[in-house]
Amino acid sequence: MSRLEILKTYKIYIGGQFPRTESGRYYVVNDQQDQPLANVCLSSRKDVRNAVVAARKAFGSWSEKTAFNRSQVLYRIAEMLEGRRDQFIQELTKQGSSPSTAIQEIDLAIDRIVYYAGWCDKYQQIGSSVNPVASSHFNFSVLEPMGVVGIIAPQNSSLIGLVSLLMPVLAGGNTAVLLASESLPLCAITFAEVLHSSDVPGGVVNVLTGKTTEMDATLAAHMDVNALVGEQQSLGGVQVESVENLKRLFSFDADWMNSNAQGLHFITDIQEVKTTWHPIENIGGASSSY
Amino acid sequence: MNKSLALEKIRAFSPQIDKVGVEERVARFQTRSIKNESKMQGLKLALSMIDLTTLEGKDTPGKVKQMCYKAAHLHDAYPDLPTVAAVCVYPSMVRIAAQALKETQIQIASVSTAFPSGQAPLDVKIRDTEFAVAEGATEIDMVISRGKFLSGEYSYVFDEIAKIKECCGKARLKVILETGELATLDNVRKASDIAIYAGADFIKTSTGKIQPAATMQVTYVMLQAIKDYFDSTGKMIGMKPAGGISTAKLALHNLVMVNEILGPAWLTNEWFRFGASSLANDVLMQIGKSQTGIYQSADYFTID
Repeated sequence: MSRLEILKTYKIYIGGQFPRTESGRYYVVNDQQDQPLANVCLSSRKDVRNAVVAARKAFGSWSEKTAFNRSQVLYRIAEMLEGRRDQFIQELTKQGSSPSTAIQEIDLAIDRIVYYAGWCDKYQQIGSSVNPVASSHFNFSVLEPMGVVGIIAPQNSSLIGLVSLLMPVLAGGNTAVLLASESLPLCAITFAEVLHSSDVPGGVVNVLTGKTTEMDATLAAHMDVNALVGEQQSLGGVQVESVENLKRLFSFDADWMNSNAQGLHFITDIQEVKTTWHPIENIGGASSSY
Repeated sequence: MNKSLALEKIRAFSPQIDKVGVEERVARFQTRSIKNESKMQGLKLALSMIDLTTLEGKDTPGKVKQMCYKAAHLHDAYPDLPTVAAVCVYPSMVRIAAQALKETQIQIASVSTAFPSGQAPLDVKIRDTEFAVAEGATEIDMVISRGKFLSGEYSYVFDEIAKIKECCGKARLKVILETGELATLDNVRKASDIAIYAGADFIKTSTGKIQPAATMQVTYVMLQAIKDYFDSTGKMIGMKPAGGISTAKLALHNLVMVNEILGPAWLTNEWFRFGASSLANDVLMQIGKSQTGIYQSADYFTID
């Protein structure tokens, strides 16, 4: 007897759960031959709102985890992704990658996660400083996560683009609301399943699919989103909306398939610098006073 | 109505509750679509019904004063906001609250009768209540003796409420059933009836210390008790869900329910209250969203 193939429902990821969009809408994603690949949630403004609420709720405990623990959690994502390698290769090829590019992309994604896992307990030392001042103060600057970060994933990449932008945000202790690529959304949702089965607490990453232009302005205007990250092309249209709460905008453009498209500044840019002036008794002579 | 008659009536007529039916009815209240002007009116109404509450061991005069200021100035950046209905504090903080609010119309509610457990002798509870009233409380939130209720001593529970009502003088009495400890909706209904017949001006779901607190199911059953009493006597009783109502959406659902069961006469803070600490900010953020179209952040509102 022949068997009906069970097709996967691509649902969005909010607060550690996979709901359908509250709007009940969907759109069809086609492959290169214009054959339908999947029905994907067409998320609405209210999904953005729910995702931001979830991200804000998760921020406290995620940012307060020890750097070493965050590193372990990120490494765990890489482990789980490795286990799902074949599924991603299949999905990438369905969406138009050649088999060899697909293999290259998933391997690079795994390696990049490990790369940022390694940075978790190191960026703080490198980015912080003790500053010389002309008064009786011990003056030092440390990095603190910005909070809830909106990420507009690169449109022409299914997996490596979002991994490249998301991982440094997480490594720095921020939580994220990620708008998946509109035309290549499949890997974003499957990646959310990977996050869900690794040790990432619910709400730390929230993934929405749909029309980017329907959601980006809401995300940019949202008072509870502290920063927006994306490619220059995606951020150009929402600069005005971001002004209200002086949201930080960071555009990163790179060929994400290049193994050099990663680095410390992807983490430290999404950090606020806190400088403390700590009074000390005296700076007389050559002796250290602290 | 005298006590034995009332208790007899409650034993005979306090109805059994159909839980499945309640759940279905409650689910329907949550599907009403409230938009634009109606929503704005609803949000402002909800604000005006809040009993802004702090009931913690760590309460200090400073914290109470700060909360009283917030009660009178919810968010001065938005014009035309009402004040909340009352502040709700422990008896030891009543004087401070009364002092802070003496220029306003805001009521001062005090919990009493060994809140939240109610595990104290009656004379202590009476003293507790008299103290709160003497300090300036205009509303008393008492707890019932749940242990006595659950062991079937309805008469004791009835007498206790009646006695505390006597001590209240002009202050209005809210009777907290602590529905999270009553286990069944049948019990909630029975306790509501006892409280109403014993002289409660308001019935209130919970202390806020026990989960579950003010679920819509429980509030629904209590509203039905109020309706039945009104239908048979013509007297209005107030309702106060407390604990767990922290979002504007939930508050609006509750208002819809009150309107559909009891009617618009109850849609004022004389007859309906929300016991809440974090609800006010969420409603304010919703008002902000409605006015500007932009989703708001708690960073720009006062700390509760």
